[in-house]
Amino acid sequence: MNIALNITQTFQDWLVGFMPEGAASITAMVIVAVIYLMIFAVAGLYLVLLERRVAAWFQLRLGPNRVGFQGLLQTMADALKLVSKELTGTDRADKFLYNLAPYFVIITSLMALGIFPFTQGFQAFDINIGIFFLIAISSIGVIGILLAGWSSNNKFALIGAMRSGVQTISYELSIGLSLLTMVLLTGSLQLSEIVETQKHGWLIVQGHVPAIIAFMIYMIAGTAETNRAPFDMVEAESELGAGFHTEYSGMKFAYFFLAEFINMFIIACIATTVFFGAWLSPFGITESLPWLGVFWFLLKALILVFLMMWFRWTFPRLRIDQLLSLEWKYLLPINLINIMLMAFLVWQKLTIQF
Amino acid sequence: MGSEAIIVFLIAGIVLVAGANFLSNLISHKSDNVQKREPYESGMTTIGPTWVQFKVGYYLFAILFLVFDVEVAFLVPWAVVFKDFGAVGFIEILLFLFILGLGLLYAWKKGALKWE
Repeated sequence: MNIALNITQTFQDWLVGFMPEGAASITAMVIVAVIYLMIFAVAGLYLVLLERRVAAWFQLRLGPNRVGFQGLLQTMADALKLVSKELTGTDRADKFLYNLAPYFVIITSLMALGIFPFTQGFQAFDINIGIFFLIAISSIGVIGILLAGWSSNNKFALIGAMRSGVQTISYELSIGLSLLTMVLLTGSLQLSEIVETQKHGWLIVQGHVPAIIAFMIYMIAGTAETNRAPFDMVEAESELGAGFHTEYSGMKFAYFFLAEFINMFIIACIATTVFFGAWLSPFGITESLPWLGVFWFLLKALILVFLMMWFRWTFPRLRIDQLLSLEWKYLLPINLINIMLMAFLVWQKLTIQF
Repeated sequence: MGSEAIIVFLIAGIVLVAGANFLSNLISHKSDNVQKREPYESGMTTIGPTWVQFKVGYYLFAILFLVFDVEVAFLVPWAVVFKDFGAVGFIEILLFLFILGLGLLYAWKKGALKWE
């Protein structure tokens, strides 16, 4: 059943050679944790830089290009600055919940990162309920935002958090349903098996029309889920100060900022895995070199991240009633019809397979 | 090993946040005064309490979400085994989604989706 050995297993098998079983499994866990923390930090830092460079490019500016070669160390410097800032908080805040909120956002985005098959066998854990786990974990993230906004005892923060709550839970339905549309094709929730199915053509090709509709719905809902423009009602700088993290400073602010960018990457990673064949190369041109999978995975994910940045600089911000009617009156009914269409295709075997 | 790795990620997340907070407390410059510890409100003194009754519209959407999210949870096992069922699975889920669609239509007509 377990097609690809995951990375934790690989390390453990290697370590068992020169240490006892128990010690080997603990060491393997520590190594995996360190690797993923590094991926987390590097991805966060460089996505921020990418966003700033892309934004500059869209606005015919230069963007950060002084610190290091072409500004490559800019976000590193920003992170250092944030660490050295004082962690202030208000007296009126609910202290416990105020300090707890960053843990929720960081842990959920870190956990979601562990499940993606970056290449053959490069996966921290490969559970059989993969997609379901991703949907579940992304709904826990919103608890962190709600806690942050409510516990700050600040009106801007509270409004931001409430908007975030209603927006995230609404668009979660679309994310869940559009991913389920694709699960109909694979018949499995396990990510490694979903990749295996795509060796006969990426799912967006296999499912043609309903798959493309599902992908479009997924990208819209994903942008809304991460609270990015044009759906950034949560932060809406011009009306709410900084939204739910108004009262957070220094490192505590950095967690929310980092988590937002990692979540964007996660949305792109899910789309890459479910629609575009994860680490599989187009037409199998590098099938003999499994390590190139990382390159293909990151290429596809970064193209989707770029797409989300493109959205941000193209569309104006929506009003909250427009945002809710887009989800409940358009995306949700389309999604329900789309899932039936896909079921019909699968039943009548009208899918395209190579 | 395998799914236990989830616990590792939980611990790693806690260590990351706690560690960075500790480091930040260690090296940051600290200053303190009364105004600094007030909540931000456009530079003015905060007026009135924040934790008050809130717009009911948010609550309505939360309830609607609950209904439809449970439905997504029902669809998950169906989607996984659909290939083996064929016509039976198709017609049953058609009925299920039809009844659910009626629910959405009812909420729509009642004005639950209107934001004012």
